[in-house]
Amino acid sequence: MSTFRSIVFASVIAGFIVGLIVTVVQQFGTVPLILKAEVFEKVAETHQHDAPVTAQPAAAGHDHAAHDHGDHGAGDHDHGAGAWEPRDGFERNAYTAAANILTAIGFALLLAGFFAVRSGATGASVSWHEGLLWGLAGFAVFTLAPGLGLPPELPGVPAAPLLSRQIWWLAAVLATAGGLALIAFRRSVPAAIAGVILLTLPHLIGAPELANIETNVPSSLTHQFVTAVTVTSLVFWTLLGGLTSAVFARFDQRS
Amino acid sequence: MSQSQLANAEVRTQVTLPVAAGQVGRLSQALMAMVLGVFVVGMVGFSHIDVVHNAAHDVRHSNAFPCH
Repeated sequence: MSTFRSIVFASVIAGFIVGLIVTVVQQFGTVPLILKAEVFEKVAETHQHDAPVTAQPAAAGHDHAAHDHGDHGAGDHDHGAGAWEPRDGFERNAYTAAANILTAIGFALLLAGFFAVRSGATGASVSWHEGLLWGLAGFAVFTLAPGLGLPPELPGVPAAPLLSRQIWWLAAVLATAGGLALIAFRRSVPAAIAGVILLTLPHLIGAPELANIETNVPSSLTHQFVTAVTVTSLVFWTLLGGLTSAVFARFDQRS
Repeated sequence: MSQSQLANAEVRTQVTLPVAAGQVGRLSQALMAMVLGVFVVGMVGFSHIDVVHNAAHDVRHSNAFPCH
């Protein structure tokens, strides 16, 4: 089997399993908090519709053009003027599961790509334990580092313009990955110093944020959500790292 | 050709794996897979298309991808 096919097969299998597991974990962790926050989000929107003259200043950075709160029936969750959205309940959770599986497959493709390069260079396949460590690195790169500047946010909490946050998120991910790689693979003092500088740089620049945030989503709910997201992500990455490496090693040996 | 590719080709020929003629190198295949992975994650987590956003809404929030 070609390397590419081994990577893709291993990633699809590992991503499917991890995506399903994480969907179940989310049903107990993050999803109930999102649903609770949407109740507050809707109350705020109703108030805005009742009194459009006294628009909340907090909503300034909230992208209302792409995020019009026009006609949404009771029970629907909003977003996008008239755009399709899954119905609450089974349909919504089915799309969540699909998106989780796709995300897991995508990240597994990244991990397995590294495993292929590593095992190609060393001649030995990457063990599940080493894969788990790569998973931890993924957790640091994709959750911890961007989460320091842009903590996980609930619906209904206003934030800086989306594109600026996405750009900072990506920059934080790239800088953290580069910094960790310099420290892990170039065992020299100058490289380590450069690595630490890279790790801190995005946080010295700072994530885009609003001057004042007004929301009726309680801060206790936000705090619970940050914890739930971070812990779920830790489970996701350790599972994905270990499983992807184990499955990839099996496919790769047979090639 | 990078050093790892050279080392890789060496390992392949020395140990067991026969390299088919015209086969793309291990490194470039790995890179192709990684680009595919970035594309998939980017589409699910970062696309500005409304329908994609709505379908993946809870996942974006749960993964702390920037949302809204």
